[in-house]
Amino acid sequence: MSVHEFKPDLPPPSSSLGVVGWLKTNLFNGPVNSIATLVLLYILVPPLWSAFQWIFLNADWVGDSREMCTSGGACWVFINDRFGQFIYGYYPVELRWRVDAFFISLAVIIGLLVYEKTPQRAKLGIFSLTIYPIIVFFLLNGGVLGMEPVETHRWGGLMLTLVIAIVGIVAALPFGIVLALGRRSEMPIIRSFCTIFIEFWRAVPLITVLFMASVMLPLFVSEEIEFNKLLRAMIGIILFQSAYMAEVIRGGLQAIPKGQYEAGEALGLSYWQSMGLIILPQALKITIPSIVNTFIALFKDTSLVLIIGLFDLLAVGQAALADPAWLGYSVEMYVFVAFVFWLFCFGMSRYSIYLEKKLHTGH
Amino acid sequence: MAASPSQKDNSAFSLRKVWFDPNVRALVFQLLTVAAVVAFFYYIVSNALFNLDKRGITTGFAFLEQTAGFGIIQSLIDYDESKSFGVAFLVGLFNTVLVSFIGIILATIIGFIMGVARLSSNWLISKLATVYIETFRNIPLLLQIFFWYIVVLTPLPGPRQSLSLFEMFFLNNRGLYVPKPVFEDGFGLVIAAFVAAIVICIVVARWARNRQETTGQQFHTVSFSAATLVVLPLLAYFVAGSPVSWEMPALKGFNFRGGVTVYPEFIALLIALSIYTGAFIAEIVRSGILAVSKGQTEASVSLGLSKTQMLKLVIIPQAMRVIIPPLTSQYLNLTKNSSLATAIGYPDLVSVFMGTTLNITGQAIEIVAITMAVYLTISITTSVLMNIYNRKMALVER
Repeated sequence: MSVHEFKPDLPPPSSSLGVVGWLKTNLFNGPVNSIATLVLLYILVPPLWSAFQWIFLNADWVGDSREMCTSGGACWVFINDRFGQFIYGYYPVELRWRVDAFFISLAVIIGLLVYEKTPQRAKLGIFSLTIYPIIVFFLLNGGVLGMEPVETHRWGGLMLTLVIAIVGIVAALPFGIVLALGRRSEMPIIRSFCTIFIEFWRAVPLITVLFMASVMLPLFVSEEIEFNKLLRAMIGIILFQSAYMAEVIRGGLQAIPKGQYEAGEALGLSYWQSMGLIILPQALKITIPSIVNTFIALFKDTSLVLIIGLFDLLAVGQAALADPAWLGYSVEMYVFVAFVFWLFCFGMSRYSIYLEKKLHTGH
Repeated sequence: MAASPSQKDNSAFSLRKVWFDPNVRALVFQLLTVAAVVAFFYYIVSNALFNLDKRGITTGFAFLEQTAGFGIIQSLIDYDESKSFGVAFLVGLFNTVLVSFIGIILATIIGFIMGVARLSSNWLISKLATVYIETFRNIPLLLQIFFWYIVVLTPLPGPRQSLSLFEMFFLNNRGLYVPKPVFEDGFGLVIAAFVAAIVICIVVARWARNRQETTGQQFHTVSFSAATLVVLPLLAYFVAGSPVSWEMPALKGFNFRGGVTVYPEFIALLIALSIYTGAFIAEIVRSGILAVSKGQTEASVSLGLSKTQMLKLVIIPQAMRVIIPPLTSQYLNLTKNSSLATAIGYPDLVSVFMGTTLNITGQAIEIVAITMAVYLTISITTSVLMNIYNRKMALVER
């Protein structure tokens, strides 16, 4: 009795495999797509190639003056020459180690927070939101422990951008929580105050808030209190940001099932206990991706402080353009600054998408 | 949850009971809040009055009547230096509305094209859309405005070496010059014809809907309306003897005369706003389309709908329900972001009013209040309309 033997499977047709198969399914599936691909390639390749040449192949990288930029490509010498200012602003050169310490500690803390196996991650998170900003302020500002004071008008560049964005988000978080709870409160007066506050700041552009902070704040307090420019900008940004933060947190609070609130009441917990122990830990956890998204928006918006005369990364770049020794290299400056902003924002947006996927444990 | 009389213990009125009564507590907390808010406002208002008095700044809105004394490059209404600050305010407001309105249209077009392109089966097209979205929404808008203004528009050649298209459009470092339509006597007829066309379209659409509901017969409402809207005004135009002539821009001396000048500040702001907001709209469109479940597509295929019918009757109506609320908030964002005009000197509301007028008059409180009130009005109106729309479009579930 012969056993029927199956013939071995034929390999798939060579046109659906490998590079050819990929090209066929993704670029040339059907006549319309094929024509579209070819036309796009024809339009795109030459400018992309010349941009590539300009940025990399023909660029000048090292040197100390514009005479070194001879090859016709990008003059990165300009960025190189100004690099210190882009990063530290007008911070005294001999004290730049303090800014470096800030950068390094920030990188370490963020790294530890992002890495999921870090022991005591929650405690570290609380530390980085409460004590750490204070340490950083004294580190950068000086004036204690025999450190030479550096006034805030000398802060600038990437460091100032980071400081404003981080202070904005860290300080807006508690305000945002209070406002979000207030807006969901059952007490009508508190609810309407919180709603008005939130909707007011969300309705006006950040520029008007910054203008308001810089021209009106000094009028609102008694004369003895002096606000420097940075502090005024920060107050404006915090007010503005806490309204956005409140809406994000409200979204998280609404996503918590009603049973959780009822469970808190059934256990006999007071309002603050049930919020602090049951609702907020869950709500904040699911809002982290949205908080990262508002942080991205804030990070981009910090560039607006140049309008009220602070020197963030973009403003330092604008100032560098006016340097007679380096006239005519505006493209290099914008490309570099845009790249730095892009790197931060894109990285954070990837992280927020990753978190969203991880939290999305449903079907 | 007030303590009922039956639960009262022997001491008929104990302070302890009152203290733990939620209603009493709520009242106390709210009164405290009101007191704190009132005290806060009292503090800042009294300080402000004292400080204003000390610096000799006048208060009140009388300054709106005073002569402004500064020029504005672009104005939709009649304006010169002899007009008042109130007129300057209107000029700024109209400029804000103009750039926001055109920006919203452009951003919507860009956003819808890119959002659909990102879902294309062609790898190159979808990757291009992705690169566009991820690049432009991760770079600050202010930087993009500067880029278009300083890197792209400022180095354009001077008026004598203008780039020209058909000798009608000229682009140079002073702006874009386009022919200006001059309306002559008979133009009213064209407008009347256009209004009539709109009325006819509404009537026909209503009739077609009724007929479809009663008899099931369909009518090509869209093609009919499009044809009416084009043909009727066109007919009127020729009947009235072509009542529009064009004033061409022409080089006279060192600059162009005639035509309409679109200033580089406006162009830069418009390009940056549309491209930046377009990237956000593209993401909204994409997620809206993806939100329509696959079962809907399959259902319409099994009903035998054609591809166009499927898109028109099944996919787009459902996708729009998801798309429109975030889309409106992007429109609001664009309007608010148009205030970045200040940075390059496009005379929008913030630049003219919070910038120049504030510097001249020094009346910070009034000016900030007026400007913020304008944005508040725009935003509240939009959100009221949005709520009405949402209520109308909300899924009716059984």
